[in-house]
Amino acid sequence: MQPERSIGEGRLARAALIGAAVLVAGVMLLLPLLVVFVEAVAKGLPYLKDALTDPDAQAAIRLTLLVAAIVVPLNTVFGLAAAWCVSHYRFTGRRLLVTLIELPFSVSPVISGLIYVLMFGLQGWLGPWLAAHDIKIVFAIPGIVLATLFVTLPFVARQVTPLMHAQGMEQEEAALTLGAGGWQVFFRVSLPKVRWALLYGVLLCNARAMGEFGAVSVVSGHIRGLTNTMPLHIEILYNEYNLAAAFGMASLLAFMAIATIGVRMALEWRHRRSLQLGTEAVWVQSL
Amino acid sequence: MNSITLAAVHRHTARDAVLPGLRLALGFTLVWLGLIVVVPLTGLVAKAAQLNAAGIAGVFGDPRTLAAFRLSFGGAAAAALIDVPLGLLLAWALTRYRFPGHRLVDALIDLPFALPTAVAGIALTTLYVDDGWIGGLLAPLGIHLAFTPAGVVVALTFVGLPFIVRTVQPVLADLDRDAEEVALTLGAQPLDILRRVLVPPITPALLTGVALAFARGVGEYGSVIFIAGNRPAVSEIVPLLIVARLEQFDYPAAAVLGTGMLLLSLLMLLALNALQRGAGSERRPAHAA
Repeated sequence: MQPERSIGEGRLARAALIGAAVLVAGVMLLLPLLVVFVEAVAKGLPYLKDALTDPDAQAAIRLTLLVAAIVVPLNTVFGLAAAWCVSHYRFTGRRLLVTLIELPFSVSPVISGLIYVLMFGLQGWLGPWLAAHDIKIVFAIPGIVLATLFVTLPFVARQVTPLMHAQGMEQEEAALTLGAGGWQVFFRVSLPKVRWALLYGVLLCNARAMGEFGAVSVVSGHIRGLTNTMPLHIEILYNEYNLAAAFGMASLLAFMAIATIGVRMALEWRHRRSLQLGTEAVWVQSL
Repeated sequence: MNSITLAAVHRHTARDAVLPGLRLALGFTLVWLGLIVVVPLTGLVAKAAQLNAAGIAGVFGDPRTLAAFRLSFGGAAAAALIDVPLGLLLAWALTRYRFPGHRLVDALIDLPFALPTAVAGIALTTLYVDDGWIGGLLAPLGIHLAFTPAGVVVALTFVGLPFIVRTVQPVLADLDRDAEEVALTLGAQPLDILRRVLVPPITPALLTGVALAFARGVGEYGSVIFIAGNRPAVSEIVPLLIVARLEQFDYPAAAVLGTGMLLLSLLMLLALNALQRGAGSERRPAHAA
């Protein structure tokens, strides 16, 4: 019999702890995922197909894809720019800048929507002017885009910054000394160095952009077929007791979540620790 | 002598060839942050400031407001505390043991991060209602979680769990196991080892995880509103109260509530940063020693 090398290595303790961990993960995490798929097909596949091809459902899917297509590229450029200055330079106010980049994570989604209603809504700061010029931002697509931009702002910066900082800039400096131009250095040296962290940051940004509920709910106005995103459409169907249709739509978003996690697992498997993929734990520490 | 000159030359060129792009990158970063974050948040605070002191006192003196703040903060704190033993168990099993399904469990930990909140909300509700998979087991025991304040805690426990696991996991993995072995060889009891050898290095990370889970739980909306029942002054969270005020076109009250929450989350963010800086400086000498 092997002597215990450290605690929790006795055969009984081991089995008990593993069993308890699997049970917790199963009940708390696996069941919520399973129930989505089970309820989605509860009324049969033809019903699911009808629910997903319903015009309002199609409009919601299109709007969600449109919002993600606008928001993700913009916040990717922002994330790279922010990571570039925060990780390569020291300047006064750098810490404040990092805190500001991170701020949207600690703001309630409802407040993320509220600030745009107070800015652009009828009673908001710019409301009367916008109404006079017949420009609609809140309760229309621009408001949904703005609220989504706010909540997804930190994702790319958060993934890329720690890696950029850790890798330093010696290779960039070497390239510059050899006569490369600034953009050439960025695209040929800096970007490839952080490409996997960038990919994961983009995926997380996309997952949140497509799945955001609270912020979008406040600014959307819930107009069917016009300003309903997928999560908002799920809420409406659920409140109408159309569970099968609500879970049908939810299963699409659940697939997206699984794909996002799958990519993370694959990247970690390939690159082990060198990748330093952050979860949502604060990254200020690593700077 | 020669090498010193070379080093000096190298340092000199390195300083001259400083990376370009600071002005462009910083300019874009500041403009974007200003437009998307700073100006709208300032607008919120300014809107709240339009209300006079009596108006603000009226909003916070309302029993419905007080009940909502109690539920949001109390529920988030309860959930974060429940997550501590569960998260420690998962982090421990994942770092110390290899077992069938190890990678699946590890992947599942990230689910609350990746699953949209509305999806989590309807899934949890369906599980915990009286005829649901879990609620059906609890109802005969007289336990009803869905559509009660306890439902808020159920949802926030789900949302907060990965924060604990993912902050503790790397510390557990880096932990030097020699100390445990030495303590065992010297005849220490497992509980003593737990208390004296394992708990001290994990504590800073655990505190960070608890703070993150709590902060997230206070503002959480989508995963909560389906399971909470949303009865005013009973099972209504602050974010939902803000939505209710907006729907009544009571913008000033919504702005005051929003500003209150914003200030509280700013305070938590500052406390968290201080906590992390403290933890960081604590960990480094320990490593060196």
